[in-house]
Amino acid sequence: MNREALKISLPGLELKNPVMPASGCFSFGEEFSKLYDLSELGAIMVKAATHEPRIGNRTPRVAETSSGMLNAIGLQNPGVDHILDHELKFLEQYDVPIIANVAGSEIDDYTIVADKISKAPNVKAIELNISCPNVKEGGIQFGTDPETARRLTSRVKEVSDVPVYVKLSPNVTSIVDMALSVGDIADGLTMINTLVGMRLDGNGQPILSNVTGGLSGPAIKPVSLNMIYQVRQHLPHIPIIGMGGIATADDILDYISVGADAVAIGTMNFTDPMICPALIEALDEKLGEMGVGHLHDLKGRAYK
Amino acid sequence: MKNIMTVVAQNRIADKIHEMVLEGEITGSMKTPGQFVHVRINDTTEHVLRRPISIADIDQENSRFTIVYRAEGEGTKKLSKLGPGDTLDILSPLGRGYPLEQNAHVLIVGGGIGVPPLYELSKQLNIMGVRTTHVLGFNSKKDVFYEDKFGALGDTHIATADGSHGMEGYVTDVIRTLDADFDCFYACGPKMMLKVLSETMDLEGYISLEERMGCGFGVCYACVCETAEGDWIKLCTEGPVFRKGEIIL
Ligand SMILES: Cc1cc2nc3c(=O)[nH]c(=O)nc-3n(C[C@H](O)[C@H](O)[C@H](O)COP(=O)(O)OP(=O)(O)OC[C@H]3O[C@@H](n4cnc5c(N)ncnc54)[C@H](O)[C@@H]3O)c2cc1C
Ligand SMILES: Cc1cc2nc3c(=O)[nH]c(=O)nc-3n(C[C@H](O)[C@H](O)[C@H](O)COP(=O)(O)O)c2cc1C
Ligand code: FES
Repeated sequence: MNREALKISLPGLELKNPVMPASGCFSFGEEFSKLYDLSELGAIMVKAATHEPRIGNRTPRVAETSSGMLNAIGLQNPGVDHILDHELKFLEQYDVPIIANVAGSEIDDYTIVADKISKAPNVKAIELNISCPNVKEGGIQFGTDPETARRLTSRVKEVSDVPVYVKLSPNVTSIVDMALSVGDIADGLTMINTLVGMRLDGNGQPILSNVTGGLSGPAIKPVSLNMIYQVRQHLPHIPIIGMGGIATADDILDYISVGADAVAIGTMNFTDPMICPALIEALDEKLGEMGVGHLHDLKGRAYK
Repeated sequence: MKNIMTVVAQNRIADKIHEMVLEGEITGSMKTPGQFVHVRINDTTEHVLRRPISIADIDQENSRFTIVYRAEGEGTKKLSKLGPGDTLDILSPLGRGYPLEQNAHVLIVGGGIGVPPLYELSKQLNIMGVRTTHVLGFNSKKDVFYEDKFGALGDTHIATADGSHGMEGYVTDVIRTLDADFDCFYACGPKMMLKVLSETMDLEGYISLEERMGCGFGVCYACVCETAEGDWIKLCTEGPVFRKGEIIL
């Protein structure tokens, strides 16, 4: 099929289409590779890598909410060296750019990981995870304080061999201030990460062992759309990969309409493991029906 | 792995306990007892998480399988409203089930809604010529199900916490009264029951655990449990069945 209408070029990333799985919702692809050809994807945002292996939080780590879910996984991962030698190696057999999600508790953690991981042959960009709400030591502070975020981003830029996208947290007073603080250093933005939330059981007790978790899924789409809409007005040219609750091709068009360049699918990969290839197909058909030559012809139409 | 199945029958078989028979091609890949399916509640985005439910009975000849579940929360209550001809989106078969070993006589212990996967297990062991004795524990008479079905496969003892049916007390109270030599035990039920069994039974054993799940197939890291060696492994792909002592309960 001719998918010229879906091809997108972003710093470091030549995307066959704008659809990619979001970090933490796809692990490192191996499980999904048994279901479909990973080369069909625009890119893959792999699970967060930290310097040392991390165990994560105690269970229960997930809870369902109305049209969404809470997670408090706590960035469990085998550490950057293992990820380089095994998980990223495995992905080399596919013709798909990898966006490496980099996390840490201190600036040095981030720079060590970014330095190493940006040298992997298939890693074409870094997604700087300054916004995970489930990591107590330091993690969240990078995502909520503009000055700290700026300092971290520039340090990571110095060591990274590939473009750096900063993943913004919605858990801030002003998303625009956060975007502006990193906007002239970062090569792009990804937004949004999960919103802090909690859920109680019938006995009035928090379900998650961590008490709070990150809210994701269709419930957060309106929040994410609004944040991208606002940021796009202040930063008309910065590449933005949008995410939050995408479940249909129409949802993707909404993200493009508020000014996103490409999109990522998170939670819905759990609900329907075939969702990414299904949405690529559906999006292509939709543009055909609409008579739109290229997806980006619709970009930013919400402002007109 | 992902499949649309058709509901053939659905019946309430005890208080809040429903038995649903499903038909579809994917049944062909269901082999090991103790594996589970991950059920999507409906095709809207109202419920984003699937529900893990054990496979209770496999009927390869008719491409059918059975699940037995408690309609307790929002999702399972919705499932209980489905009837013949309705369809259900499931991921299956998931997880590692019970190892089928050629023993002479085994003890099968179930607690409450942990009983269902043990039925297919006992069926398969009986086909292999293994003698099975079943001890099933429930809260009360109204909660008891599958007594006759297990009875047809081997000695079956019921314990109820309130004494309204079978012996009063817990499964362990019944087990103490049994005068037989077992080669190993297989269990599924509340964590406390599995813990007591693991600690008190002087036998090899296999236990099936539960944990809240995001994906059910190993990608989200929601369902981890800690091994005796201190590793954190995923219950949905490395379990839900583990050897006694392998996992910290
Ligand atoms: C491997 C495995 C096999 C299972 N087999 C069976 C079975 O055969 N029959 C049966 O009745 N139940 C079984 N369960 C438990 C069953 O998954 C839950 O009771 C069910 O998900 C609750 O859903 P709900 O819609 O009623 O509850 P809700 O409260 O509406 O569910 C909200 C969320 O919590 C999760 N959740 C709630 N309780 C549990 C629980 N006890 N375990 C795991 N997740 C939970 C749900 O999956 C859902 O994501 C099994 C669980 C696992 C992990
Ligand atoms: C189980 C789970 C784990 C996640 N892990 C990460 C992670 O490791 N790094 C990260 O940047 N975002 C992580 N996220 C956030 C997602 O990448 C995404 O930003 C968010 O879920 C919103 O998209 P969605 O509504 O489509 O899920 C995780 C989300 C979920 C649900
Ligand atoms: S439920 Fe996702 S890893 Fe087990």
